[in-house]
This record gives sequence, structure tokens and C-alpha cells, in this order.
Amino acid sequence: MRILIVEDEKETARYIARGLAEAGYLTEIAHDGQQGLVRAVGEDFDLAIVDRMLPGLDGLALVETLRGAGKATPVLFLSALGEVADRVKGLRGGGDDYLTKPFAFSELLARVEALLRRPSKADAPETLLRVGELEMDLLARRVRRAGQAIELQPREFKLLECLMRHAPRVVTRTMLLEQVWDYHFDPQTNVIDVHISRLRRKIDKDFDQPLLHTVRGSGYCLRAPG
Amino acid sequence: MPPARPLRTDTGRPTSPLRSRIFRLTLVHVGLFAVAVLLLVGFIYWSTTDSVTRQIDATIDAEIRGLAEQFGQRGLSGLVASIQRRSAVAGSSRGLYLLADARYQPIAGNLSRWPDERPDAEGWVTFPLEFPETEGGGLNFGRARLFDLGDRLHLLVGHDVRERTRIAALIGETLAWGIAGILALSLVGGLLMSRSLLRQIETVNAASREIMAGDLSRRIPVSGRDDEFDRLAGNLNAMLDRIERLLDSVKQVTDNIAHDLRGPLARLRSRLELTLMEGAEAADYRDAIRETIEEADSLLRTFNALLSIARIESGAPSESFAAVGLGALVTDVGELFDPLAEERGLTLAVASEGELSVRGDRNLLFQALANLLDNAVKFSPPGGRLALELRRRGGEALVRVCDQGPGIPPEARERVRERFYRLESSRSTPGSGLGLALVAAVAELHGGRLLLEDGLGPQDEPGDEPGDGPGDGPDPADGRGGLCALLVLPLSAPCWCSR
Repeated sequence: MRILIVEDEKETARYIARGLAEAGYLTEIAHDGQQGLVRAVGEDFDLAIVDRMLPGLDGLALVETLRGAGKATPVLFLSALGEVADRVKGLRGGGDDYLTKPFAFSELLARVEALLRRPSKADAPETLLRVGELEMDLLARRVRRAGQAIELQPREFKLLECLMRHAPRVVTRTMLLEQVWDYHFDPQTNVIDVHISRLRRKIDKDFDQPLLHTVRGSGYCLRAPG
Repeated sequence: MPPARPLRTDTGRPTSPLRSRIFRLTLVHVGLFAVAVLLLVGFIYWSTTDSVTRQIDATIDAEIRGLAEQFGQRGLSGLVASIQRRSAVAGSSRGLYLLADARYQPIAGNLSRWPDERPDAEGWVTFPLEFPETEGGGLNFGRARLFDLGDRLHLLVGHDVRERTRIAALIGETLAWGIAGILALSLVGGLLMSRSLLRQIETVNAASREIMAGDLSRRIPVSGRDDEFDRLAGNLNAMLDRIERLLDSVKQVTDNIAHDLRGPLARLRSRLELTLMEGAEAADYRDAIRETIEEADSLLRTFNALLSIARIESGAPSESFAAVGLGALVTDVGELFDPLAEERGLTLAVASEGELSVRGDRNLLFQALANLLDNAVKFSPPGGRLALELRRRGGEALVRVCDQGPGIPPEARERVRERFYRLESSRSTPGSGLGLALVAAVAELHGGRLLLEDGLGPQDEPGDEPGDGPGDGPDPADGRGGLCALLVLPLSAPCWCSR
């Protein structure tokens, strides 16, 4: 998996590259917009991390040009501009996700992995999700673990679906709020944790092997044992 | 591009009324007015002299008819007698008569000789006329009609035009005095007007100078007459209020960073230092790093919250505002917090009076409600009640979050909106002290406000209906009536609401 980092702050670029390399990705760095655009159009990257404010060509223009050139490379915007309007502009301009600086690296990593896992449009829509012995039937809206039916509230269902789609990768609290509740903000509290622990009670309580794990300082993940 | 000419700021030297724009405008005005007066008086002059001339002509025609009658009835002798009779009273009637023979030598009449001027087709002639000393002397004009009576006699009947000249002179004099008066009055008026306007502008300038000198609290005085100057002053003052608030907020953020973030940073640093000094096992290092990360995360969160408050406070209702259904928002936030409340042994009652729509940013509004509920949960005693309700009051939507916690004493209710302000009693509760500051900022951004009132009263007596608001038996005496936070937002026009 090759990731292009377009970021003019050398320190930030190096730190992101190091972290992603640690997580097993190959990274390339471009330090300005033009160079970034040339590389993004000319080469095939699996993901581009693009700063919104760049010398030469700004990030939004870069991504718009990239999309104009017919490239569908997923793009994660990084920005110090955290206003809602900026976020909306970034996503409308062709970005796939948007992360405001300063950010925790775990948040970046989780979002990168989510973007890399994003099914391409050509794939048939999934109707059955499976993590270990946990199964989710999206059509019948039924959940079973080891053949045993589990009753879930609608929101718990969405929460589990989100975790299963990303499994075994980490999903952060902010991502959960965005994807399950459809609100974008930084939860300052443990309000999500309580939802998770309810869900955990339902899917893990009667079984020896837990599937739903808390990743400290980061978020949650569903992982089949072993 | 030509270099921009630097704008000169005002030096405080008062502008002379003569150099003021108002005075220049007054002069232009006076000029136009004088021209108008000139035209008017000219018209009066022309129409008056014209009518006097016509009157004279009519008199002459009447005299001619009279004399012709005499000539017809009594022949030449009758005509001469008549002319002599009339000439005798000509001093007051201003008539001019002359009967002359074939060689134009006078026979009778009050003119010394036949005029040299040639008459027009109808026989009218205007000629210079010299008056004898007995009649005041002087030179004027006579207007007369000439006739030939057969071959041998010529008759002139006319009138002097001293009357017309007199009227003309009168009008001319009136005009001169009138224009002089108008000019003088306008100049004085213009000076007075520009002085009074300059004085009013000068008060604005004086206030601006003081503000430039650093006194941002200075405001432009408002006279209370509600004229355009008052409105200008009002607008400028509103602008200054906003600037002052923004500067205050910048200053506050700077102070906050200095005071409230230095502590945690220093703690973070000393923890790392200690770990390094103790030279412990790898496991200890891991623990220290993990704790440091947690502390850094909380610092980051605080930073982000501070930044978003500052951004919200300096922001204007943005183009990203859309119709937000508060009912859906309240349901969502209630659903999000319900498990948390339940885990703490609290009952959360959500009541919503149908769907109400406001223009706004749904994420910010959601976060504001989440902050309020988070506080309510955090400060509620176990077993307490929480109420989240949406109501309409006139043109406003009211979202009320009530609890039975310790409440906030009325005197501290203003201060808790400030960043990092925390009640002494809540120091031990986790939190950044930024929650209500953010809610207040969000409310203001949406043209609304955050109110804090007494809450649901102390812990329930059985049978109490939850969610009846602050009237539900709060006991202000013990100050522990819980807290109701009200987010008041202006309703937008009815519309389809986005979820």
C-alpha cells in the first residue's frame, strides 16, 4: 500500500510518514502543491494525505484537479482550518475524509485504514458481514453469534455494523459519532463508551472470547480471537 | 498599479467652517437660489412693464377716439380747443399732444416740436422726451401714435413712459436688495449649519482619537434625537462593541493559554523527566508514555475546544447555515446520552413539542446540547432526574436541560460562561471548564442566548412529575435546586428541515 503525503511542514510530513511506515505502509512525501499534483496524477497511489494550505497550489485546488483528471485515489484532507464550512468545502471538492490539526496519530491511522478499506463502487453491496463467529445479516437486520440470535436496538445495530465493516481495524470515537450518529464533533466525554459497553454486554457477555476490544488512547475494534 | 495614496488620519486640528464640505455645498446652494430669484424677478419685470405698456397704448387709443370725435363734430377749431384743454391737464394725465401743419410746424399741443423718429406700420413711435424744470426736468421717453389728417395736418397723441421707468427702477432696486439679503442670510446660515455639523462630526472624531490612543472602552456620544448622526454613532458604537469583544476574546484566549495550559504542560514534562531519572524498567516507561499520551490528548482536546470557541465567537452566521430541525436534534442527543444517564442511575425524560426549525449549524448545535447534557449528567446525584425538552415560546425555540445537581449560585451564573471558570465545588469533577463557554458562543452565533435558571429542585419526592421545568418546586433558599440551562434560539420561517 503506497500513500502520498502532500504536506509543506517538513516536521509534520516526516512524523506522519514515520508513523505510517511503522504501521506497514510505504510513504512518499511531496512538499508543495504542484509536486504533489504531478505525483498524484502520474503515479498510482492507494491514498493521498493532502494538507489544505500548501504553497504553490492549495490542497483543495489540487484535489479538484486530480478529480478532473479522472483519478479516484482516496484523499484525506489535513487542515488547520476546522470550521464546518471548510470541512464541507473539502469534502465537496473531492476529499474523502477530513481531519483537523492538531490530531492524534491514532485518529489519522484509523481514518487512513478506513479509507484504504473502502469498497470500490464496482463491488456488489455486501449483505452479510462476518467477524469470527459473529454474523450480521444486513437485509434481515439480524445478528447472530455462534448461531445464537442477539437482539439489538437500531442504534446498536448501526454501531456494530460500523465496527464490523472496519474490522479488524480501529474505529475512533469521533469516527463513530460521524458514521453512526451523523454528527461531527469532538466528543469530550465518555458518552460513546457507554454505548460500546452496552453493545459489548450483548455480544460478548455469554462468550469466553471477547470480540469487541478497547484500544487505549485510540478507539475500538472488533477482532476475531486467535 | 499606481501606489495607493496613504490615508491621512485626523490630527485633531479643528476644521475651519470655511473649508468644510457643508459650507461649500451651502455656497453652491446659495448660487442656485440667487439664479432662481433673478429669473423670477426678471419675469415679474418683463410682465409688469409689458402690462404698463399695454395700458398706455389703450389710453392713447381712447384719447385718439375722443379727439377724432371732436374733429368730426366741430372741425379743426374743435380739435385745437380740445388739444389745448387736454394739454393743460397733461401734467397729471401724462398725455402728449401735438397738432402740426403740412411742414410739421406745431399748431397746438404740449410738445415743442414734431419728433424725428419714423413711426412703424401702425403709426406707433417712441421718442426721447425732455421735461421742463417745472415738471422735475430730466430726460425720458414718450410713446405716441401719429396720424395724418388730410394733407395739411398731422396729429400726434401719446403718453410719456415715466411710470414704466419708475416701476422698472423699483423692481431693479428690489432685486438688488433681495439678492444681497439672500446672499447674506445664506452665508450666515451656511456658516452656522456647517459649524453645528462640524461640531457633531468633531465629537465622532474626538472619540475616534481617544480610541486610537488606546481607550477601547470609549464610545461616541448619542444625542438621543434619533437623527442620522445618532444612527451613525449607534452603528459605530455597535462596531466598536464587537471589536472590543473580539479583542477581549483574543486576550482571554491568550491569558487562558498562558495560565491554564502551562500547568498541564509542566506536569507532563516533569512526569517524563522523573521517569527518565528513575531509570526504571521497560514496563514503567510504557506506563509513563501511556500516561503522557493521555495527558497530551486531554491538552489537545482543550486546545481544540479553545480554538473552536474562539472561531465560533469571531464567526458570523455562515453560509453553511441550513435549516436544522431541533426536534430531531433533541431526540438524537437524548438517545446518545440515555445510556450514560442510565448507567449513573439517572432518569432522562425527553419531551419535544413537535418539530421546530432554526437556521444554523447542526453539528455545533448538537455539540452545544451534548455539552449541556454532559454537565447535567456529571453533576447529578445518583438517582436524580434529568429533563431535556424542546418548546416554542413566541418566535423562539427553547431547549431546556434540567438537573437536580448542586446548581450554580445566581451570582456565579454569569462567570461560568467564561472559559476555564469552574466553581470551587466542582474542581474535583473532571472537565475542562470550557463546556458552557462553548454553548454560550454557539448560542450567540445563532442569534440566541444561553440562560441559566434554577433546576428541578432537590431530590424527588415520589409522585413528582418530571419535566415540568423550573416551576417544579425549586427551593432557592438552599441554593441546591439543581440547574436548568436554556438554549434560546430564534425560529426560522417554516420549512422542510434537514436531518
